[in-house]
Amino acid sequence: MRTIRVQEQDFDVGAEFAGLAGSCAGIGGIGCFLGIVRDAAQSRPISAMELEHYPAMTEPAIERIAAEAERRWSLLGCTIIHRFGRLAPGENIVLVLAAAAHRQAALEATAFLIDWLKTRAPFWKKEHYTDGEQSWVEAREEDDIAAAQWLAEGC
Amino acid sequence: MIEQQGTKLTVLYFAWLRERTGSAREQVTVPEAVGTAGDLIAWLRDRSPGHASAFANPRVIRCAINQEFADAATKLRPGDEVALFPPVTGG
Repeated sequence: MRTIRVQEQDFDVGAEFAGLAGSCAGIGGIGCFLGIVRDAAQSRPISAMELEHYPAMTEPAIERIAAEAERRWSLLGCTIIHRFGRLAPGENIVLVLAAAAHRQAALEATAFLIDWLKTRAPFWKKEHYTDGEQSWVEAREEDDIAAAQWLAEGC
Repeated sequence: MIEQQGTKLTVLYFAWLRERTGSAREQVTVPEAVGTAGDLIAWLRDRSPGHASAFANPRVIRCAINQEFADAATKLRPGDEVALFPPVTGG
């Protein structure tokens, strides 16, 4: 079962785990990455994180990323939920679950999915600081390197 | 009067490109000579001071054509939806 949602509202992590775990009797493990809004950026306190996206493209882009994960690992299901809008520190941003018969595929696919989401899904983050200033988050070179490592390994 | 020739495109802007150009979406008709996404970015710079600021450094601009990632060499076709944005920062 592949579940992909792009939404403004929060999600229930427990319910998502239960839904995926119950979808296929062959599942032996689920890898998880839960992204949460930090309370500071480069030690500057933030009051909110704003996420903009490209609605017509976001879900198709995530579908392509999930399809690539399914091509590389024997997955028995995955769940990807990404929020947009204005989020406060402590709120959930993104959930990635990858289910497989054994742990290696589940854990590796989870790492792959979040690495590629960060570099191939059309989202942009803006930090709102507690002093009233705001700035767009710049892409990090480490994220590109992390995403590119899967290209080398996938060949 | 000669009817205006050219390629009609829908251009979308995201994040700080949207803020600097002052619009999220605009319809443009570009001359035939504007054949690629890179040509379009160069052409858009002259539309307003905001556009000039948005496209001052074309190397940091990424694009998608009809909701698929593309690059500066990608050819444009009439009716294309061209999205221009900074590198993505989701996840």
